[in-house]
Amino acid sequence: MTPGGGGPMKDCEYSQISTHSSSPMESPHKKKKIAARRKWEVFPGRNKFFCNGRIMMARQTGVFYLTLVLILVTSGLFFAFDCPYLAVKITPAIPVVGGILFFFVMGTLLRTSFSDPGVLPRATPDEAADLERQIDIANGTSSGGYRPPPRTREVIINGQTVKLKYCFTCKIFRPPRASHCSLCDNCVERFDHHCPWVGNCVGKRNYRFFYMFILSLSFLTVFIFAFVITHVILRSQQTGFLNALKDSPASVLEAVVCFFSVWSIVGLSGFHTYLISSNQTTNEDIKGSWSNKRGKENYNPYSYGNIITNCCAALCGPVSPSLIDRRGFIQPDTPQPAAPTNGITMYGATQSQSNMAAATPLLQSEPSLTSEELPLPGKTTLGAPCATLSLGQPTPPSSMPNLTSETVLTDMIPLKEEHDGHQFLTPEEAPSPPGMLSTGSPITHSHTLHVLSLASQDSLHEDSVRGLVKLSSV
Amino acid sequence: MATEGHNLQELRRSASLATKVFVQRDYSDGTICQFQTKFPPELDSRIERQLFEETVKTLNNFYAEAEKIGGSSYLEGCLACATAYFIFLCMETHYEKVLKKISRYIQEQNEKIFAPRGLLLTDPVERGMRVIEISIYEDRCSSGSASSGSSSSSGSSSGGGGGAGGR
Repeated sequence: MTPGGGGPMKDCEYSQISTHSSSPMESPHKKKKIAARRKWEVFPGRNKFFCNGRIMMARQTGVFYLTLVLILVTSGLFFAFDCPYLAVKITPAIPVVGGILFFFVMGTLLRTSFSDPGVLPRATPDEAADLERQIDIANGTSSGGYRPPPRTREVIINGQTVKLKYCFTCKIFRPPRASHCSLCDNCVERFDHHCPWVGNCVGKRNYRFFYMFILSLSFLTVFIFAFVITHVILRSQQTGFLNALKDSPASVLEAVVCFFSVWSIVGLSGFHTYLISSNQTTNEDIKGSWSNKRGKENYNPYSYGNIITNCCAALCGPVSPSLIDRRGFIQPDTPQPAAPTNGITMYGATQSQSNMAAATPLLQSEPSLTSEELPLPGKTTLGAPCATLSLGQPTPPSSMPNLTSETVLTDMIPLKEEHDGHQFLTPEEAPSPPGMLSTGSPITHSHTLHVLSLASQDSLHEDSVRGLVKLSSV
Repeated sequence: MATEGHNLQELRRSASLATKVFVQRDYSDGTICQFQTKFPPELDSRIERQLFEETVKTLNNFYAEAEKIGGSSYLEGCLACATAYFIFLCMETHYEKVLKKISRYIQEQNEKIFAPRGLLLTDPVERGMRVIEISIYEDRCSSGSASSGSSSSSGSSSGGGGGAGGR
């Protein structure tokens, strides 16, 4: 599936690149020699996947189940206890409309919760290395032990200067309006917010479903509330208020739930209607990115100018397909950023071990390379120790000098204490497994060092990438 | 420039990857998908500037077409909403159709223009629409050593030299 992956091509390259959307589609290339694994199984973010990658949610889903229960129970009680009376007394259209609203609410809720919000896949090692190089050139390569300048790029959009920030976890410059969700550990395009009620981030791809969900839910809540009140009033006209409550106790529960929900849901719908009509995200609104208070010249560069166009663009615009290809099969020769654990970024085509002390792919090929063999402290030979500095912190600002070390997978926990604040090491200093950097060893460290590693065979590609990524260090 | 054309088969067998060049996104028009047309210096000796820029501009046009907001996209959006998005089980979105066109175009460009020059374009969709990845290949058989990378460490310019040996 990746014709340009690297190295001499295999026979199945250059076939049709299939683009995967969230609908289930099999990858045309199944390398089934070993048990082929799907990409969602090694997805580096903190997401949960169901139905073999078709469904994608955040890790904490407790509140989502609460939402489901509240909606189902309240609606269920409404249809069971209030509708029979109302259908007879007033009109049977009431349960019909209620039913339609209910299905709409459930549909949009599930769609919001289960779809990919617009997650940006993390950079491949080559890209990350290339970016690092460019940043180092831009900042001056003599980044000493002190913090290098922050990594931002400025771009002018529609007359406004927008700062693009570098994401240390995903190793990319975030597109405008994208943001990194710390709960899901992903960069999401047009990030709105992370909603625990739907158990997912709300971003570019599922914002319209989210909006339709809260809109229809506010209608449903108001609908149920109104008709429950009507029901109780009609009954109390016949039998008195207390008897009415006794006859239909469910109505009390429904009324209470709806009463408290109405304020928040309707308020939220109103707020999001405002956001849509001005083409802002919740994130931008909270930060006041485009508010007039920042300056007279501050305006929203993404707005189309009029409310109708903004609404249409947000709700009826084209739906971009998912970029993360959850159900595709992993190609053994493609370097994939593997799932990080405890904030350590690990690369490898295969699933990385969750244990940091476990041998990294770099070391897997050389089991004899133990910590004793490593050079003494004072010489950061393996970028590994530097990588351990990022232990537990996906984007440690304090270890920025060691930034590129994050791209180096090897983790040697025993060495962690000895290597704080070290610079990176040149690839030659790294005790490389004999087979690997030998192709690159005669070369002096240069920015194109990675070129050499890439020149080695395909099977070593992912390993050499690690060796090469240390490049731009010195 | 290559005096002897490599077709894709030969590229697979005889070439080894020297380096990769990344063409980044151009956000000056907002969040729509556009790539920078700035010519990367590493490609200077490999391909004509004109050809490269034309390829990138065509890709940009494709993406603009995919993301165009207009009558047809509204219609598709409303129809999809009316059918509760079940319609996408049967038919592709407009965006997906354009992406298929793009991948066909890239394959064609690779076959006709890039592979003969020892280059390879990777479809941006496989890199999360972040970059256009251009892989630069060296002739493995032409450079005498196994660490052919060493001779190419000075960049792809040596590719011309290395390539010349084998061509």
